[in-house]
Amino acid sequence: MKKLPPLLQALVPIFFLIPACSIVGMFVIYPAFKAIYLSFTNFNMISDASFIGLDNYRKIMADPFFHAALKNTLLYLIVVVPVLVVLPILLAVLVNKAVPGIAFFRAAIYLPVITSLVVSGLVWKWVYEEKGILNYFLLATGITDNPVAFLTDPACALFSVMAVTIWSGMGYYMVIYLAGLQAIPRHLYEVAEVEGVSKFQQLIYITIPLLRPSIAVVSVMSSIAAMKVFEEVYVMTQGGPLDATKTLVFYIYESAFSEFEMGYAAAIGVVLFLITLVLSTINLRLTRDKAAR
Amino acid sequence: MKKPNNIIALAMRYLGLTVMVLITIGPFLWLLSTALKSGNENIFSYPPSLLPQEPTFKNFARIFESQPFFTYLKNSILVASIAVICNLTFSSLAAYPLARMEFKGKKIIFGLLLASMMIPFQLLMIPVYQLAISLGLNNSYLGLVLPHACTAFGIFFMRQAFSTIPKAVEEAALMDGVSRLKIWFYVLLPLVKPSLATLAVFSFIGVWGDFLWPLIIIDQPALFTLPLGVNRLASAFSLDWRLVAAGAIFSLLPILVFFTFTQRYFIEGAMKGAVKG
Repeated sequence: MKKLPPLLQALVPIFFLIPACSIVGMFVIYPAFKAIYLSFTNFNMISDASFIGLDNYRKIMADPFFHAALKNTLLYLIVVVPVLVVLPILLAVLVNKAVPGIAFFRAAIYLPVITSLVVSGLVWKWVYEEKGILNYFLLATGITDNPVAFLTDPACALFSVMAVTIWSGMGYYMVIYLAGLQAIPRHLYEVAEVEGVSKFQQLIYITIPLLRPSIAVVSVMSSIAAMKVFEEVYVMTQGGPLDATKTLVFYIYESAFSEFEMGYAAAIGVVLFLITLVLSTINLRLTRDKAAR
Repeated sequence: MKKPNNIIALAMRYLGLTVMVLITIGPFLWLLSTALKSGNENIFSYPPSLLPQEPTFKNFARIFESQPFFTYLKNSILVASIAVICNLTFSSLAAYPLARMEFKGKKIIFGLLLASMMIPFQLLMIPVYQLAISLGLNNSYLGLVLPHACTAFGIFFMRQAFSTIPKAVEEAALMDGVSRLKIWFYVLLPLVKPSLATLAVFSFIGVWGDFLWPLIIIDQPALFTLPLGVNRLASAFSLDWRLVAAGAIFSLLPILVFFTFTQRYFIEGAMKGAVKG
């Protein structure tokens, strides 16, 4: 077989890259620039977009709904991310030991991860019902005296939605930690055991420090996920009651597809992206520093 | 002989596991119980009856009467399968030069792909929606599939798999003048089969559960995927929780079967993909 002429040879990598690059280019790169452009216009799907400079961003600064959504999203981050970083470590330690039946337990804890968020949201909406199963348990065990209005009380609706996000995500992070745990050399624990170090101290002084690479990955992934919460809100509360569960992404959706203020929605999207970028950078810095120490 | 300490530790472990499983599976069981309750039974009774008094499959029959759920199932399977096949093909094609060839512009392409992973879909959805409308992709299978047809994550995942293969493997073939495409297909792909399987499983779950994109691009029920169908049941004017429960359980079954057969790839995936440490 003869070799290709040099010019064609140089085109070989491009040939391999064309399908992937055209799809990613068309559905990610181009729209990203377009979104930034749209954020400076009053585009509304009906009339032509005209350039309005920073008006959308000025509007954002003064928009009480945006402030509410931003507050909710930040609260989401503050509560959900630490829980999703810590709880799955404990789960991973729990399922790490190969006791009989462990495959079932692992799979069962993973189940919410493969469930579509729409179904998860509905399952929990039903569990949260005023006369539902959760209130029954809370009342029967005497934890509360009155049924909790999980999704209709503005004071607790956001936390009820957060619980669903945690419930659907924890299995995923558990598996990441499980992979990290299995890379920790056994003999460290054996030595600790001989020296009489307690299980809890082993967790604090051996497991957690050696899991740092996984912790870094999980904190970045869970913060990005917390920024993007949509389905749970859409299915369970539609942003209510009284905007208590309106997140940034839900507000983007509402502005774009109910109000048709696409330019404005794009501007909120840009803000969301900037927050994500800053968070990821901080996150990576923090965890990298820790790893270096 | 076991020390009593060990037995207590084991008991504690099983207690912990059981509590966690009740939290993760409990809600599904409660939903199943509701789906099996007949119309005569009060589903809001207090105290709630954990088991249906007269279990019936009528609610499952009723979801098919009210909506074309088998069409939704077909659409979901079709869209997820095509998207996965495309993603595997295009991602591993692109991963080959990125992992194993030197060429001009590699760094730029690499950087752009990496950056594209950081951009949330919610920022993109408005221009993508606009683009899809102008290309006539709304209310079409192609429109549902295309944004999932190749993901930057897939490219990186496959690149990582390709770069673990020793150089010598393809050098012999290159000497013999075998084309790059043939090397890709006959030499490299068979060596990364486990990674392909893992990527397939993860992208299948992703496309299957996708809600926001189908929600904005599809409004004809004939093209609904299962999440849209279940959502439609739940947003009906007279909300019937027995129906919603039956619909949700029905939409869970295929993914449950899928998961049973592909379970091991989820753990392997976490080991290969997520943790680079």
